[in-house]
Amino acid sequence: MRPFVSLPQSRGVLERRNPEFAGVRLLCLLLPILVAITGCWQRENNVALGDREQILHRGIGPEIPDLDPHLATSSSEYNVLIALLEGLVTEDPVDLHPVPGVAESWDASSDGLTYTFHLRGNARWSNGDPVTAQDFAASFRRMLTPSLAADYAWMLYVLQNAEAFNRGKLADFGKVGIEAVNTRTLKLTLEHPTPQFLSMLTHTAFMPVHLPTVEKYGPTDRRGNAWTRPGRFVGNGPFVLKTWQIGQRIVVSKSPTYWDAGAVRLKEIDFYPIESRDVEERAFRAGQLHLTESLAPSKIDAYRRNDPQMLRIDPYLGTEFYRINVNRPFLNDRRVRRALALSVDRQKIVENVLRGGQLPANEFTPPQTAGYTAPALLSYDPNAARALLVAAGYPNGRGAPPIELLLNPSESHRAVAEAVQEMWRRELGLEVRLLNQEYKVMVASRRTGDFQIMRSVWIGDYVDPLSFLAIFGTNNGNNYTGWSNRSYDQAVFESERVTDPASRNDLFKKAESLLLEEVPIIPIYHYTHVFLIRPSVKNWHPNLLDHHPYKAVYLEK
Amino acid sequence: MLRFFASRLLQSLLALFVIITATFFMMKKVPGGPFDSEKATSPEIKASLEAYYGLNKPLYEQYGDYLKNLVRGELGPSFKYPNRTVNEILADKLPVSLELGLLSLAVALGAGIPLGIVGAIRRNTWADYVASAFGMIGISVPTFVVGPLFVLVFALTFQWFSPSGWYTASDRVLPCLVLGIAYAAPIARLTRGGMLEVLHQDFVRTARAKGASEARVIFKHALRGGLLPVVSYLGPAIAGILTGSFVIETIFQIPGLGRAFVDSAFNRDYTLLLGTVILYAALIMGLNLLVDVVQAWMNPKVRLES
Repeated sequence: MRPFVSLPQSRGVLERRNPEFAGVRLLCLLLPILVAITGCWQRENNVALGDREQILHRGIGPEIPDLDPHLATSSSEYNVLIALLEGLVTEDPVDLHPVPGVAESWDASSDGLTYTFHLRGNARWSNGDPVTAQDFAASFRRMLTPSLAADYAWMLYVLQNAEAFNRGKLADFGKVGIEAVNTRTLKLTLEHPTPQFLSMLTHTAFMPVHLPTVEKYGPTDRRGNAWTRPGRFVGNGPFVLKTWQIGQRIVVSKSPTYWDAGAVRLKEIDFYPIESRDVEERAFRAGQLHLTESLAPSKIDAYRRNDPQMLRIDPYLGTEFYRINVNRPFLNDRRVRRALALSVDRQKIVENVLRGGQLPANEFTPPQTAGYTAPALLSYDPNAARALLVAAGYPNGRGAPPIELLLNPSESHRAVAEAVQEMWRRELGLEVRLLNQEYKVMVASRRTGDFQIMRSVWIGDYVDPLSFLAIFGTNNGNNYTGWSNRSYDQAVFESERVTDPASRNDLFKKAESLLLEEVPIIPIYHYTHVFLIRPSVKNWHPNLLDHHPYKAVYLEK
Repeated sequence: MLRFFASRLLQSLLALFVIITATFFMMKKVPGGPFDSEKATSPEIKASLEAYYGLNKPLYEQYGDYLKNLVRGELGPSFKYPNRTVNEILADKLPVSLELGLLSLAVALGAGIPLGIVGAIRRNTWADYVASAFGMIGISVPTFVVGPLFVLVFALTFQWFSPSGWYTASDRVLPCLVLGIAYAAPIARLTRGGMLEVLHQDFVRTARAKGASEARVIFKHALRGGLLPVVSYLGPAIAGILTGSFVIETIFQIPGLGRAFVDSAFNRDYTLLLGTVILYAALIMGLNLLVDVVQAWMNPKVRLES
């Protein structure tokens, strides 16, 4: 029997007898209607509204773990924190040179060991309290307190005895070179002359916190203090924290108590932590964002073709390189390592694989870092590479063991590694295996030295060659290659203490030449920062650290 | 019934304990830790971090401490988000995931059951073919394809909705539709199958013979039995909707549990990972129990057997 239903009748029965299905039925009916209604209102998007109201919508990449400047470790945290807090000095938006922040002026002693900062009288916290030298002294003390375990406490090691205090070897904080002379004078004494000291002061590690507020919500020298939430956070920057919805957005609005509030043109900044680059790009395309944190390499060409005015490729102070474990047989031969480095055609990798305007790295420190450019000792030279391999006793790779190249899964890491693998096979006849490990597993392998060659990256913490070259010192925790060279250590040690720029550059050249001759690392390319930006965003200057003091930024159609 | 209930509850608690223990030790065995990052931390800092989180104690002691805190309902501080406890994070994200899940479920049932019924009573007509085609497409095209496709059409081309976010009511539409459709498809197929089987049974013929209207036959008599396969599917389906929302949460930038769960594993956020596992396990067990009860209510046979 073929069942038959007459629709009007069935609906009558449904409503009378089976109220529980009415809901489901109602939903079926409502859904298309809902879709139709929403279709009728064409909403004004974030960007259009923001342009009119001076509200900047910015993607910031990964989720923000915390807004405590002393526990911050990532650039996404930095990007929010410079809106909320201001250090002694801030950065010029164009070239990042130190300009007055809370300190309106400073004097350095002639031996370069003592800096006296004069704080401005009208600097205020967002609760109205004046910003004092004592606030800075207490903040630096908190940063150095061992129990806080701040990752970036080492940034303060330039201060006299700070390292000993942080490592728990010195209990008396009075011996650390931090002194609040009076409420508006702060004297900092350094361990040794440090020409890049003022640049370092813009780092989150040197930002002040309002200790009485921190105290209110828990011990100041322990983690787990929840003072950074909206409604609690007290800052001294151009903006105040309005909302913080985890995984969604952080909203900061213009601070009325900021000393230079007249110069601040943005009314509000909305930060969106969007981890997926594709999701971020779609949000940008739909007019939800003025700025993205990044752009997937696969989309660069399309934007170059269709919307070049929205695509930005800025230089960035970072280098991708391969660490070599110099204690492994075969790789412990300097000639082999040099052969590997010389046979990488970086120009090809940059042009054909990465396509984002990156610079081929024939050196470790990015060129023109604070006026220093390293000698290019590792330029592509396959003939020299083959000769070196012959000299090492492996002509055309005969007798050479297979090499393992360790990397963590990522589209672009893999593409670069495959190109290198092919170059080593073709030019040197070496067999290279690519080994994938999840990121944290890879970091653990690095710690235990359980690798032959591994993909690595270094991002400078401040614009100075030292931020790059220091890491391959014998005792530096970031070395990991097992490479140790006394002359290199000596050159780095001296460069930390010399103030004359010319002799400092000579020391850097000496150190980096040693690094490139001995090749514990193979530089591949220098980073660029590829991102999308709406043309209405003004004063977003390209600079090496991707720092953009919001005071200067405004929106204009 | 009460005995059935109590024994199931006991089984669930035992299973939960096993899950917690296994997760705890497996998690600690995974190479790499919460403090491993691109830049090295000094040994002193690492030591104080480990002391703060109790990682410097022997493993069995850490396990004991964790269980002790768990009994008190405390899941500990998060490793990745130092100013938040796991309790707070879960309390923040669970409502989002529940909302996403329940709305998607409503879409799944609202679309799946009617399609299934139509397919069954109009068997081998174009209506049936359309419903079946929908089912096949829904089952075979994954959400990570449907999601961006919907975004492209409804958010970027027509601009009816935002492509991502979880702020306004309209932000709920796309993700719930995509996730709902994925589950509507199997529900439609199950409903069709179940209805076809029931419609051939004697009691349906009896109902027709005594002159009941066709609608009454279907909704009053056949549907209850015909939906049984759907109900037994709902247990795992709800679990899947709740725990498997990672893809949808990523595509639509929704601050739910799925992302917290997956990210906590990558971050080695031990406490958050354990907390999410416990919450998921408890949810799934609770829902399965609920499904059993509903099944017993709907099917006299199941009731008699237990």
